[in-house]
Formats: sequence, structure tokens, C-alpha cells
Amino acid sequence: MRRFLSFRDFDWWLVLLLLAMCCVSLVEVRSTTVHTRFAAFESRQIFWFSAGFVLMFAFSKVDYHRILDWAPWAYGFGLISLAAIFTPLGHNALGGRRWIKLGPILFQPSELVKLVLVMVVARYFANLGGRNLTWKEILKALLLVGIPMALVSKQPDMGTTLTYFPILAAGLFLGGINLRQALILTLCGVALAVGVVSSGKMHSYQKGRLTSFMNPDADPRGSGYQVRQSLIAVGDGGIWGKGTEKGTQTQGYFLPIPYTDFIFAAFSEEHGFVGAVSVLLLYFFILMRLIQNAQTASDLSGSLIIMGIVAVLTFQIAVNVGMVIGFMPVTGIPLPLMSYGGSSVLFTFLALGVAMNVRMRRFVN
Amino acid sequence: MHRALQSKPDSIYPRVKRRTMVSNGSNRGEKVPSLKLTVVQYGILLMMLALAGGLWRLQVLGAQNYRALAEQNRIRKEPIMAPRGKLFDREKRLIVDNYPSVSCFLVREQSHSVEADLPLIARGLNLDLDQLRATIHRYRSSPGYQPIPIKEDITADEQAFIAAHRNELPELETIDEERRLYPRDGFAAHLIGYVGEVSEDDLNNPRFAYYEPGDVVGKAGVEETYDALLRGTDGSRDVIVDSHGREVGYLRTQHAIPGQDLYLTIDNDIQRAAEEALGDREGAVVVMNPKNGEILAMVSHPAYDPNEFAVKINRADWNKLITDPEHPLMNRAIQAQLAPGSTFKILMSLAGLQEGVAQNMHVFCAGGATFYGHFYACDRHHGMVDIEHAIPWSCDTYFYTLANRLGIDTIARYAHSVGLGEKTGIDLPNEATGTVPSTEWKLKNFHEKWFAGETISVGIGQGAVTVTPIQLARYISGIASDGHFVRPHVVDPSQLPKNFRESLLDQFPGSGDATIPLDPDTWMIITNGMAGATDPTMGGTAAASHLDGVDFAGKTGTAQVASHEALEHMGHGVDTRPNGWFVGVIPRRNPEFVVCVLWQHGDWGSNAARLAAQVATVYVNKQRRLEGNVLEKADGSKPASALGSGPVEMGAVWSESRPFNRSEDAEFHGGHFFIDPGPSDARPAEKNLAGILAASAAGSLAGAVPALPAWLPASSLRFRRSPLRPAHFLKDTH
Repeated sequence: MRRFLSFRDFDWWLVLLLLAMCCVSLVEVRSTTVHTRFAAFESRQIFWFSAGFVLMFAFSKVDYHRILDWAPWAYGFGLISLAAIFTPLGHNALGGRRWIKLGPILFQPSELVKLVLVMVVARYFANLGGRNLTWKEILKALLLVGIPMALVSKQPDMGTTLTYFPILAAGLFLGGINLRQALILTLCGVALAVGVVSSGKMHSYQKGRLTSFMNPDADPRGSGYQVRQSLIAVGDGGIWGKGTEKGTQTQGYFLPIPYTDFIFAAFSEEHGFVGAVSVLLLYFFILMRLIQNAQTASDLSGSLIIMGIVAVLTFQIAVNVGMVIGFMPVTGIPLPLMSYGGSSVLFTFLALGVAMNVRMRRFVN
Repeated sequence: MHRALQSKPDSIYPRVKRRTMVSNGSNRGEKVPSLKLTVVQYGILLMMLALAGGLWRLQVLGAQNYRALAEQNRIRKEPIMAPRGKLFDREKRLIVDNYPSVSCFLVREQSHSVEADLPLIARGLNLDLDQLRATIHRYRSSPGYQPIPIKEDITADEQAFIAAHRNELPELETIDEERRLYPRDGFAAHLIGYVGEVSEDDLNNPRFAYYEPGDVVGKAGVEETYDALLRGTDGSRDVIVDSHGREVGYLRTQHAIPGQDLYLTIDNDIQRAAEEALGDREGAVVVMNPKNGEILAMVSHPAYDPNEFAVKINRADWNKLITDPEHPLMNRAIQAQLAPGSTFKILMSLAGLQEGVAQNMHVFCAGGATFYGHFYACDRHHGMVDIEHAIPWSCDTYFYTLANRLGIDTIARYAHSVGLGEKTGIDLPNEATGTVPSTEWKLKNFHEKWFAGETISVGIGQGAVTVTPIQLARYISGIASDGHFVRPHVVDPSQLPKNFRESLLDQFPGSGDATIPLDPDTWMIITNGMAGATDPTMGGTAAASHLDGVDFAGKTGTAQVASHEALEHMGHGVDTRPNGWFVGVIPRRNPEFVVCVLWQHGDWGSNAARLAAQVATVYVNKQRRLEGNVLEKADGSKPASALGSGPVEMGAVWSESRPFNRSEDAEFHGGHFFIDPGPSDARPAEKNLAGILAASAAGSLAGAVPALPAWLPASSLRFRRSPLRPAHFLKDTH
């Protein structure tokens, strides 16, 4: 018998934290675009956020178990659409072939596949029941995530490819991998990464990003430019920041694309250390709230879903903020809930909708 | 339980099964161990601390350092405009120059709004405030780093205003650039063309694929055709500005590559003579070297002043230019498509002689003749006419008859073969084609049969035939050169890059270089006939263009602009006087000079012939001067074996009064000297000459003239009592 889901069951704390993040995002998107030809981007961002909230509430209504039932189909569809990019349906833009064009609609399958992978991985490890994993099962999981990764890296879209990785890692870690297996896998992964870097099969811009990460001052006008400008922007902010619309790095166009990938640098310049750490705290609370929801989930699949989402979000935050402060190379991964952009916002809210879904059904048993 | 799940992995959560799972409550153990979740929580906490640590390092510890970097780290790209290539005439005399100019831009990088400053800017730069607002509004959607051009070619006062308000108006920037300086009074305006800002329509054209908005491009004439070479490549400079907008240094400079200078085939002297000959008359003059197709002069009148385009032309002036009924922008030399009149008779003669019809054709001209029931008039009673007399007399009756014998399609075939009704392929944009009618042409354009009666008037260059002056010049000179036709051009191709030269040929297709074998008789009869036309003793129609001692052969044309019937019905507002044509060559065979004059509404071809004679005189005199310049010959690289390498013997005649004064009482002097031309530099020799001239004065010419050397440069001196006659300057007059 189904329990009636009341209004009360929504995770209002989470909604509150999300609203706070949205406000921060809107203020900064406005500040970085108001004097450019992208003026009024904040009103489009409001539209995306509103659509996101609607989607989130809509998605929380559908029982996540039913979503899990759909997952294999969605996985198949995702693979087909990723493959379809290489057919004439694919659409080139921004240096990669990442979109499918159906009439007037541009659709980026790799964003959707991200959520589908969370569900499929959760479902796979839930089926295994949380006991110790055999090598065969680990290999299956690797294949499950590896195929879409390979397709996306062909586009080429290194940033999105990398965000699939934490989904697998979270699944393996929580699904029951033991220490020995984890060590062997890590070693294999490191060897693979070194092999790719040294094989010279990377694009020249990817190499440039890596070398400028190692030594940002080597070529201040070339590939190191973005890193250097970002560091200056963050450092220029000081403790209290220069104030909204007053950041010289941001407003003087020194900071590259300050409303998407480098929005955190822009925010740090204009709102200083205090503002930046407050945003990090907000993210921390959101992630902690999600993990708490994972703990209270009624079954293994629910926890795995939420932890997959937590893994993706944590990875994106770490890589993006790390890039902005010079800890990570430039990858082009947007900062969830802050960067301007429809597909990123919609994915995040869809994912949070599923997470809320799990929480609302925590008393089912 | 596990086994059951694994056996049916695809139906793990059907609703019924799940209920049973839920009811027995056995999935407690399948929860994620909370230890692992705690590990994750601590991992995230660590990550956040690391990030916060990084922020601390940058924003608290490194704040001073980074603030300093941000202060000086404001780099702006400033364009460096490439100077456009200059244009010279064939003797390396400057025609089109550049002059330095300053333009004012508005830079939007500063974070403060410029709206409040606009009234001050408008006042300081003498701009209309509404127009300024509109300009800025137009650029609202362009990227912020793109400066907005607000005024070009600003005055010194306005520059001073910008300098004085550097602090209040940091958004104003100036850029030094070079602007075009064209000859005044529209000298060679149509040939040179003009430059202007590339329009939005142009940008959609693939030809302008490499241009950006705001670029200055050639829009007509040589400026358009050779734009790719003339424009050069703009450079840029990364300027470091501090937070107050002051330049503190340069980071990297990419120098501009200046455009290539071009040497035109134009001869300024001939061009000037052609401009002066045409004067205020409506028409065109083309002068060409028939041996290689080099255009020596090209004039079209009425003209315009290209300098008006160099700074942005205002709308009123532009509208005046394009709505003027006289079409000043049109280059009549290559774009006027008009009936050739009697100049077409050379083509008729060619066709008649090559077909073997004209040699034996004798026509009795009784002031006209009747064909197909219509009477076609000739302007006088010529009596018995053969081909030798028909050309100089321009007897219409003869050519009516010839046209009737040949038929329209034979005429059209010959006309197309010599390039009438075809573009010549001259390297200037928008050349017109003209029309040569034929049965096929009429069927295609009017869906009608050709009537034999229409052929009659085509025989004298009326009816549907239209040609351009450049076509006439090319076709007459080709026939006079024994069938060697050339592609006219205004820029010497040897100075062009190879691939550009090849693309020019594709870009300007036309009849080009061609050789058509002619019968020797054909050649002799036509060229002699043209020579007869300018001979007063022959009673030729172009007697007005006769030049003593010069083998100037040509053909006039008087082309009616409307039929006789139409003329009677026309009002007085329209100029219905016929167009006068003249095409002439020097000498009559294998010419090295061809001139084509079109005088619209000039009444008679003989009037045009008089203008042509003026141009020819200047050409001949110039050639004689060059021929006689012994110093120049002896000097330079080529060994003057006849003269020897030592001192050159010079003769000179001069008068006490003005040398060109024809009055009888002018006293002439003559003498000869030895002059050392010097190894490389002619200047000391000139000084030397002057010194010697001052020192020596041999006896008067009136007395016994000493035996002057044969190469005496007596060409430009005219005196009656002298036993000297100007030597004919051309060697191959046969």
C-alpha cells in the first residue's frame, strides 16, 4: 500500500540551500555580463533555475524504483544518441561535436547520460547486494561506464568524460570493492593515464592546458593566460572583495568567460575570501544534506543513487574551484548551480530531484 | 535471496516482488555501511578545507601581490593600420598618396557608463548628439572590446580636446592611420577608383570573406581590382594600461605590413593631355599602346572627386552622385555602351575584304540608296565608290550595300572575333559588354525573326549595335597590327605575384590577347583607308585631325542617338545631338599608339577627331623629346655604341625670347658642344651643360648653319627660316 506523500516530505532544507545558491549565481552572472553584449543573461538564468525547480519537484513525484526500472532502456537510448553524434545528425560547436540537432532543438546527450549512468550504476551495484565483488563483476562495471566514456571522449569532451569517472568510483567504493582490488585498479588507472599523456594522442590545446598547469608563468600570453588571469582575479579580491561589478579583472575582460567556467574566480574577486568560503560552505551543507539523505534511504539502490549524485557534484566543484585557484588544469567543467548555462542547470536539478525522491520514500518500509 | 535476484536481474523491482521484499524486511543488510558514508563525508570536508586553504593562500596571504598584478595587468589590443600601397604612373611619378590622419574611437572597457559623457563628447568633437547616440546604439550587440568609431579624420582642435579631457573621458581613444590622397579635380578618377568602408552587403559576398566590419576597401577602379595587394596587413599592439586607462607600456607588437605600391601603365603627361582635350565635354578618351595593351590614358567625364570618399561621404553628396542624370560615377571608357557609328565601317571593311566581297565591289552613291523599299540616306553624293575611297569618305551607301551582301550573321561573326560585343578583359571592375546583333541574338532576346532590312543600318554602326570605347580602341589597333589583338590593362603584370596574376585573368574574362590572320591586302587597304581619312588632300572625314609629319590614321563616327522619326517627336529637354567618335592610330601599320575619343552629343565625328589630334600631338612631342634625349641615351646601363662611351657631342638651338614664340623677329642661336654624361648620375652633366651653354654662343641660325649632327633634338622647336624639318621620329612607317 502506498503511503501518501505530503508536502512535508520534501527536503525543505535542501530547497532552502539551493535557493541561496541560486541567488549567489544570479548576482554573479549579472555582475559579469551586465556591461557586455551578454547583458540580461541573469534573466535567462532565472528561467533555467525556475525550470530546474519545476523539473525537480516533478521528478520527486515519480517513485525512484520505477525510474530504476527504466534505467536500462535509458542507458541504451543514451548510447544510441552518443553514437548518433557521429552521424550527420551531429552538430559542431565550440570546438567539439557534442550536440544532436533535431530540427530547431539542440540536445547534448552527454549531459543526459551523466544522470543515466548514476541510475544504471546504482542499479547494478544494488543488484549485487553490497557484498564483496568478484573481478568479473568489477570488469562489468568498468565496461558499463567505459563505453559511454569512450564515446564522449571521442567528441572530444574531456571535461564531461572525466565527470563519468566519479560515478564509477562511488559505485565501486560503496558497492563493496576491497582494499586490494582498489589498489590494483588505481595502479592500472595511473598507468593508463600516464600512457595516454605520453602517447601524444592528446589535442594540442589539451597539452597546452596541462603544461600551463604545471607552470602557469611559462607563457603568460598563450595557454597560461587563463590560469594566470584567474589567479590574479582571485588574489585581487582580498578578504572582503572589490564589490559587485567592481572587479577589474572581471569587468576588464581579463578573466576568460567569467559567467560560466570562471564564475568562481569572478565571484572571489568581487566578494573576497569571505564570500568565496561562504559559497564553499553552502556547497558543503548541500553535500552533507545529500549524504544524510543517503543514510536514511530505505534501501541500497536509493543510497547508491544519492551517492552517485554526490560524487558527480563533488567532483565538479573540486575540479572547477581547483582550476580557478590553480590546483587543477583547465578542463572546461562548469561549476554546478553557479555557472550560467541551461544544460548544466537542468542536469543538476534533475539529479537533485531524484535525490529528493529517495528521501521522500525513506519511510516506505 | 541473492540467487533469486541474480537469476532475474532485469525484473528486480517489479512492484509485486518489491512488496514482498519490503514485507519481510530482509534488505536491512543491503544498506551502504555508514562507515563508508562517514569516510566520504570526511573526504568532502578535507577537499573543502583544501580549497579554502588555496583561497586563503591567494586572497589573504597573496592579496598584496595579486592586487599589484591586477593593477598593471590591463592589456588592451590596439590596431596598427597598414598604410595602403601608393599608385605611380609608368614613369614612377606619384599619383595616389597617403596622408596621416587621426580617428577617434570610443572604448567600452571601462566599467563606468558613457551615457552621461555623451553631450560633452558631442560638443568637443563637433558631432550631432542624436547621431552619436545612434552610432553607439548600433554597436550595442558587438563585443565590448571592439572600439566604436565615432569620428574619422579629426582636426587638431578636436585632438587637443581629447588630450585635455584624458581624465574625465578615458573612454575616448585615438588611432593614427593613413588616408588616401587622390589627385584633385577628378584626375583619372574613374581609373583609380576610390576606397570606402566595407558595407554589410559586401561582407556577405565571398569576395570579401577576409574583411571585417570597419575595414577600408577599394570600391572602384584599380583600388577595387588590386585591393588585395594594396591593402597590406594590419598589425596590432598589446598596450598595457593601468587602472586609470593610461598606457604604461607595450607587451607585444605585431607590425603592420604595408600594401604593395603599384605602377600603373598610365603616362601622366598623356593622361593630362587627354583630360585637357576632353575638357568639360561629356565623353571618354582611351589611349593605349597597341603592342602590349598598356593603357596610357583613360578619361571619363563628368568625373567626381575621390577625396570625398576618403573620409566617409555624407549621404546627401552620395545621393547627388548616384542620382545625377549624367552618371558621374560611370566609367564611360569601359561602361558606355553606345552605337559606334561609322567607326564600325572598319569592321565592315574587314569582313568584306576577308570574305572577298569588297575588293571588287563598286557602288554608285547618289546620296543614298533604296533597300527593301526604304530609302537609306548618305550625307553627300560620292559618285562611284570603291573600298579604297569608301573608308576615308565614310560613304554610307557603300557600306549599306556591303552589309546587305554580307548578311547580319557574317558581320556578327567578324565583330565577335575582333572583340566587339565582348568584354575586353581589362583589369577594371564592371566592364560593359556592348551588343552585336545577329539572328540568334534577336531570337533569344526578342523572340523574333531578323529582318534583312535591319542589316542595312548595322552596316554603318547604327541599329542595335553598341560598343564601348575600350572595345573600339582594342579592335582598331588589332586590325592595324595585322591581326594581333591585345588585352588592355592598366597595371603592369610583371610587378604582380604569380597567383594574383593568374586569378586576374579568371576574374576579368574577355576577348583578351588574340591573333586573327589577316590577308595582306585587307591590312593594307584598311590602314591606307584610315590614313586617307585624316589626309586633307583625300577629302577624308577626319581631316581635322591631320598632323603634319605624323602618320596619324583613323576613323570618325557620328552616331545618332535616336532615329529620325523619334527625333521629330522628342521635346527640347533631351539632348538629341549625335555622338561623335574617333579612333586613331600612329603610325597606320603596326601602331604604337591608339586613341579612342567619345564625345557624347559632340555633333560630328570630326569634332572628336580634333580632340584626338590634341592628345596625339602631346604623345608625338613626348616621343620626340625622348628620342632626342642623347644624354639619357648615352647614360645608363645600355652601351651606346654609336655614340661611344666618352663625351657626347650635343647640338642646341635656342632663342633670346621665348623658344616657342613663332614671331619672325625671334633671334635664334645654335651651337654644339661636347658633354661628358658621367658614369651614373645625370645631374652633374646637366649642370655642366648649363655652364657650357652660358659660356658659349656660336653664330646665329640665320647665317650658315654648321652641319648639325643627325640626332639633333630639334623636334619641339618650330621656326620658319630654319632649313631643319622635324625628323620623322618613327622608323617603321611601312
